[in-house]
Amino acid sequence: MTDGGLDTPGESQSGARRTDGPAALLPPYREREESISLGTLDEQPVSGTEVDIDGGPDRETELMTINLGPHHPATHGVLRLLCTLEGEVVRDIKPLIGYVHTGIEKSCEDQEYWKAITFVERMDYLAYYFNAQVYCMSVETLLEEEVPPRAQYLRVIHMELNRIASHLFWLGTAALDIGAITMLWWALRERDLMLDLFEMSSGQRLHTRYFQVGGVFEDIPPGWEAKCRRALEVMPARLDQYEALLDENEIWLQRMKNTGIVAREELLALGVTGPLLRATGEPWDLRKAMPYSSYGDFQFRIPVGTVGDNYDRYRVRLAEIRESLKIVEQALDGLPEGPFITSNRKVALPPRHELATSMEALIHHFKLVTEGFRVPPGEAYSAIESPRGELGCYVLADGSAKPSRVHMRDPSFVNLQSLKAMGENSLIADFIACIAMLDPILGGIDR
Amino acid sequence: MVLLGADPVVETTLVQIVKAIVIFAVILQVVPVILLLERKLLGRFQQRYGPNRVGPKGALQPFADVLKLLSKESSTPTTAVPWMMAIAPVISIVTAVATLAIIPFGPQGAWGGDLGLYGIDVPIGLLYFFAFGSLAFYAFVLGGWASGSKYSFLGAMRSAAQLISYEVAIGLSLLGVAMMAGSLSLVDIVEAQGSAGKGIWFVVPQFVGFIIFMVAGFAESSRPPFDLPESDAELVAGYNTEYSGMRFGSFFMAEYIEVIVISGVATACFLGGWHGPGPEALAPLWVVLKMFAFVLFFIWIRATLPRLRYDQLMFLGWKVLLPLATLNVLVTAILLVVT
Repeated sequence: MTDGGLDTPGESQSGARRTDGPAALLPPYREREESISLGTLDEQPVSGTEVDIDGGPDRETELMTINLGPHHPATHGVLRLLCTLEGEVVRDIKPLIGYVHTGIEKSCEDQEYWKAITFVERMDYLAYYFNAQVYCMSVETLLEEEVPPRAQYLRVIHMELNRIASHLFWLGTAALDIGAITMLWWALRERDLMLDLFEMSSGQRLHTRYFQVGGVFEDIPPGWEAKCRRALEVMPARLDQYEALLDENEIWLQRMKNTGIVAREELLALGVTGPLLRATGEPWDLRKAMPYSSYGDFQFRIPVGTVGDNYDRYRVRLAEIRESLKIVEQALDGLPEGPFITSNRKVALPPRHELATSMEALIHHFKLVTEGFRVPPGEAYSAIESPRGELGCYVLADGSAKPSRVHMRDPSFVNLQSLKAMGENSLIADFIACIAMLDPILGGIDR
Repeated sequence: MVLLGADPVVETTLVQIVKAIVIFAVILQVVPVILLLERKLLGRFQQRYGPNRVGPKGALQPFADVLKLLSKESSTPTTAVPWMMAIAPVISIVTAVATLAIIPFGPQGAWGGDLGLYGIDVPIGLLYFFAFGSLAFYAFVLGGWASGSKYSFLGAMRSAAQLISYEVAIGLSLLGVAMMAGSLSLVDIVEAQGSAGKGIWFVVPQFVGFIIFMVAGFAESSRPPFDLPESDAELVAGYNTEYSGMRFGSFFMAEYIEVIVISGVATACFLGGWHGPGPEALAPLWVVLKMFAFVLFFIWIRATLPRLRYDQLMFLGWKVLLPLATLNVLVTAILLVVT
């Protein structure tokens, strides 16, 4: 048997070493790849990057650079993290993103306004209703278009159901990262209730493209409300089940409590929003702070934490599910009658039956489908509370039927900055728990 | 132990060989059954069906898995030490199977003659169990280190620390049992719990020892919630990250055999081994049933508990289980002297 093991070429040794100066901070790409190997552990650590930790010159520490991702079970997609480990302790974290960059924002510039909705939905792929909503809101602002009350309520119902579905998926995957495998299937079981409702109202389970500029695509079908109410009835008992499985489990509590604490000021300085910020006790929720889409009509509370540890993040999200259930119930109770989309034929398609009798309707239909609607020049930014925080959309219009620029402020991207503060100098297991509690969606980060 | 007359040594050796083959063959058949059971039960715990495509109700799924693993390439990273990487799963399997030899399934003569329903009755039974349990960790460390991957390396380090820590606790937890039975032989321990002795299963007087043994047993076999060496969320797959094909399968098989071994030792030491109602010939049935209950418990725990953190694992091992086990031994010793 040939000794193929310990003969890694030695020329990469100097290259993988960290030297001074910002340019040499990261070795060239190929050499970084090589530095993953442990080949010459017995002679000279190829992989060891020497970083002064506590400034102690006499401290002989050997650090190990480890490549977490892009294909790693716990990085929730294709997040790549270059971690420097000292034993089991994470000393340095460098998130590298861009592995699922799809160029959605650029692609939107080549689509008519109403076609771009399909694109933006695919950014944060667990919160598609929110992406569509914030984009439509910006375009509606530019058009000065009023959304009918029924459409606003339908939007709220779908967004809150989406929030529940998103939080449930987060709960399942986060618990899986901690090792509670059963939780994943339990959470997905309830998420399916939500997806069934989406399928019934729009024909799709994911990326429904239900929201239109000026309203929603279709009214909810008969029987939808009853089905939704059944789902709402089931949910509280199921949430109690989750709490029985997790909150009364000593291991779960020990893993969650007092880990990944970041101070409120630091999170605010980093621009972090959403459950991460609320877990520290800051009651910042755009649904209350700047009500949009009739959110002012509903009675609900903003759950906040106290310490800002992983346990608070978990509790805040679970409480948010309960609040969302309340909002959906109120919205169903008070669902106003009326049109589900604006009657402005320049923006929204005319009803199908009008096409047979009205020449006007036919012309509007033809113009809308072939070239879309024109938006007066200007720019608009709107922001809503997505399951992960403040989701903003900037649209620049140049008067044509296509947006000149679409940019999203995605909460996952901004929140990812806090990962270093959360996970540094903690054990690998806690660091993984922090990623899970951060709830990053890579589709939203890379866009 | 004279069998069939003339030359006792030759006969005994022959019988031993037959026993060894029987145990090995039976266990090889039991592992896929447990595998299927685990996957089916986990499915039920998790609101899904589990495997149900291959064979009637998915019964042939483990065979399909093994066939798949056997036909896969055993890849070796360029940074690995190939011969060490190849030998690690072998050590893993050998140490697990070797421990099976001392698990008593029935008393001598239960099925007629002088035949004892166990591989061997070594007078140092418990030490034998500890010895092979300690050797098993060479498989993890060698496999993890020789893979030449950082994830494997971290997993190997974790398993080394974990197995050493819990080896101490598991040893002390069984010491009370050994003191009460007055022997290290598993056969003697089982007999001490029978009607001939005090007639009480050691799980009652040694309840603390039993709890410690079970907790440490989970850690010994690297099963959840102590599956840190291969914690998939953190270390991808830990020490067996770089393994593929049947070498990978061997590690898994060793883990399941380890579960059987822990169940067997727990049955013998705490649940009265072969003792149960009915004629003596039914002895193996009781042992298998009790072991089965333990295996179910292992699966149940896997579906319920999250994973511990590394420092919590060490804390539990050294600061909770070890003092408790020591105290248990002390109290047992004092009570034995007094009564």
